[in-house]
Amino acid sequence: MWPDPDLKVASLVSNGQHPKSGRSRRASQDARAVELGLKMAGAASRVIHVGDGDREGGLDQYLGMGLPEITLLNADEQADAVPVLLEYLKGASFDIVLTGVHAEQGEASGMVPYLLAEQLGWPLVSHIADIRKVEGGRAEVLQALPRGQRRLLRVPLPFIATVDSAAADARQYAFGAARRGRLVDAITDAPVDQARQEWTCAPAKPRPKRLHVAKAKSAADRFKAATAKPQGQGGSVIREGTDQEKATAIMELLVSEGVVR
Amino acid sequence: MLPEWLLPALVIMALGLFAIGALRRILLWRAGRPEPVRLIAGLMAMPRRYLVDLHHVVARDKAMSNTHVATAGGFVLSMLLIIPVHVFGLDSRWLTLPLLVSTIIMFTGAVFVYRRRRNPPARLSKGPWMRLPKSLLTFSASFFLLTLLASDVLPENFGHWVLTGVLLIGVTLGLAELLFGMGWGGPMKHAFAGALHLAFHRRPERFGGGRSTGLKPVDLDGMLGVAEPSDFKWNQLLGFDACVQCGRCEAVCPAFAAGQPLNPKKLIQDMVVGLAGGTDAHYAGSPYPGRDVGQAQGSPHQPIVDGLVSAETLWSCTTCRACVEECPMMIEHVDAIVDMRRHLTLERGETPNKGAEVLDNLIATDNPGGYEPDSRMNWAADLALPLMADKQVADVLFWVSDGCFDMRSQRILRAFVKILKAANVDFAVLGNEECDSGDVARRLGDDATFQTLARHNVATLRKYRFSRIVTTDPHAFHVLKNEYGDFGGHYDVMHHSTFINELVTQGRIQLDRFKGGAVTYHDPCYLGRYNGEYESPRALLAALGIQVSEMERSGYRSRCCGGGGGAPITDIPGEHRIADMRVDDARKVEAETIAVACQQCTAMLEGVVEPRPEIRDLAELVAEGLIVDAAGPASTATARPSLAEEVH
Ligand code: SF4
Ligand code: SF4
Repeated sequence: MWPDPDLKVASLVSNGQHPKSGRSRRASQDARAVELGLKMAGAASRVIHVGDGDREGGLDQYLGMGLPEITLLNADEQADAVPVLLEYLKGASFDIVLTGVHAEQGEASGMVPYLLAEQLGWPLVSHIADIRKVEGGRAEVLQALPRGQRRLLRVPLPFIATVDSAAADARQYAFGAARRGRLVDAITDAPVDQARQEWTCAPAKPRPKRLHVAKAKSAADRFKAATAKPQGQGGSVIREGTDQEKATAIMELLVSEGVVR
Repeated sequence: MLPEWLLPALVIMALGLFAIGALRRILLWRAGRPEPVRLIAGLMAMPRRYLVDLHHVVARDKAMSNTHVATAGGFVLSMLLIIPVHVFGLDSRWLTLPLLVSTIIMFTGAVFVYRRRRNPPARLSKGPWMRLPKSLLTFSASFFLLTLLASDVLPENFGHWVLTGVLLIGVTLGLAELLFGMGWGGPMKHAFAGALHLAFHRRPERFGGGRSTGLKPVDLDGMLGVAEPSDFKWNQLLGFDACVQCGRCEAVCPAFAAGQPLNPKKLIQDMVVGLAGGTDAHYAGSPYPGRDVGQAQGSPHQPIVDGLVSAETLWSCTTCRACVEECPMMIEHVDAIVDMRRHLTLERGETPNKGAEVLDNLIATDNPGGYEPDSRMNWAADLALPLMADKQVADVLFWVSDGCFDMRSQRILRAFVKILKAANVDFAVLGNEECDSGDVARRLGDDATFQTLARHNVATLRKYRFSRIVTTDPHAFHVLKNEYGDFGGHYDVMHHSTFINELVTQGRIQLDRFKGGAVTYHDPCYLGRYNGEYESPRALLAALGIQVSEMERSGYRSRCCGGGGGAPITDIPGEHRIADMRVDDARKVEAETIAVACQQCTAMLEGVVEPRPEIRDLAELVAEGLIVDAAGPASTATARPSLAEEVH
């Protein structure tokens, strides 16, 4: 059934950064989003980027995956990407919008998909590994949980999903395809991100990691220690009850933890 | 008797058909992309290239060489004489006698061709090639007798019309094979295409004892590699057509021996199918191991991969150049394979297995392993190596290569540093400024990444002054020496085996005798066949008091370790591993140590399960045998007397 040319899929891509060399590249999760888009809609899938259109920043590598074009929403470094994207997405009619979980440089807060979902009024599915099929206005989405576990969700279109590193690897990019690919400008108005103006940015320092000492005697124990789900402290699983009751329970927890005041 | 006009008519008709066929063939080659050649100079050089260079290769098989000289020489001479004698009817003893002699020579040669064809080795193609010796015999015998009959050597009316008739049939058959077949794709095509191939070879530097092994750069604004037969340069197509299907390439190909789906002879024949259009149903030689013959189908404007050949065939090649070295027609298999790989990588993005990851790492970190670019010098943290950035000028620039990231290779590097220091060599390294040489990227078909790396390295090297580059990695050696020239980098590059040998002959280091069992030496492809360095490593081993037990395949016939051309990265499965076969070669001469001169060979051969001979790089053997006291004549000269005083 894939690729389905009638499906309107868009992937939002950002400039990535290699963890070892710091060099610009396609962002690993965003590239997986593009890969998923290509799988679902083939060449009809769209790819959208907010930025100054510097192709060396990673856009060439996305184009090299075989995309004929990337829609470029022109914005300089100070701009806030969310209103620009919102404006554009409102004007288009996508069924599924894919993003990475978070960017590899800059703010990398992972908030863009949430803010978009909130303002578009669409559901958001985080950390997906795959979309298995789309039928009758609903998609079967495979969500990645820790330690290789998966959860199957049925989500009504349209929705936004963030693609986890557990999703299928992005295909190799080819020099020739990148050379052919084009950036198509869409005229946009990019407001300056006021909040960020007041921030000062400094490179992050790696924090020491606490070593987890596994006192395992046998190989089987060590294997278990490495793979077992950590025992949660407290908490409970609520299966019974109405949505209202479940939501209240979550709200109470958030208030007691001080997340919501 | 027979009508006067019949024989001339036959010869003229055969010549005419040959001419039409030849023209048609030339048009097929011209479907390829243009490549300027020196037309007149090439044609003028052709006889010499044939007699000297080609026969230099053929003469490795003495019997076959003599056979070919007799048959081909006899044929060419006969043909030159047949025209005046039988077409223009010139009746002179000065022509008929030589014609008689030349047909006899040809006949003798053909007898030997026939004898070899009775029990042909597996590498030879069968099919129409089995018919060829008979055609040669028929041609020479018929023309001999006919000439005899027509001449005044014999008494009048000796001939009988039945005999003449039979001879005429013989003449027709012979002409059909030798002239008609030459133009129309029969086995004799090799003579016509081969002659022109020699004249218009894409690497004319190879003739006259020269060497030309560097790959040609891709124009990154133009066509990226070869997708269809017509994307090859026209003289590459011509080269394919020159193949005699002798299978010498097949016999030496390590991938073929390992049962991987590659046979260089079949590959060239498939290219011929592609340039002429059709299928490989008539191919009568060994197939690609594990693949049936008859599936390949193509035409000049049809994609090659998955029509004519499978991608696995192209990725099985280790670029060891054994086939090119062995090919009597001087066909360039490796160029063709890399051209097609370029299309797969640059256009299709289909580098198999770890290929994409390695290329990605090279792009992001300038090394194939994806290590931090700033950690290049970690291996030498305790060695206090002088940096080019500090010194600016040094006699020797030590090109460390990516071996710096690999623990086994680091032992080789450290051994070499020990030697450099012992000999008081004025050297320095680039440190973190060095990038991968681009060897692997280029051979995986990614010429874009290769060119980026090459330009970067050339720019770095331009900053410093040094008299030469020395490296322990034959791949970097080859690329720096032979492939950076296209990007403005011209250096005096030396492999460490050559360099250390020079130190020994200059007396700058003294060596102890090697204390171990039998040693054999494995020639790395990129040092030997690519750069012709067979002597220095052996001289160095001799300086260590080692008498090398040579393996059956050594020197220019050395069998690849399986590590070149990105083959361990693309990792196409076969029945055996190439490295296992190479270690078996060493076991056959009962070697306890295999001396190598390449970190890649070390990795491949050490990957063979024990028990097996020990694998030691030349640098390690030398470092072990260094007589440290005698190191640096200058320092010892000043140190000795004062020491002596103290003792007294
Ligand atoms: S390519 Fe060369 S070595 Fe191989 S079969 Fe043809 S002529 Fe012989
Ligand atoms: S270069 Fe080596 S591996 Fe490749 S086809 Fe030739 S002989 Fe075989």
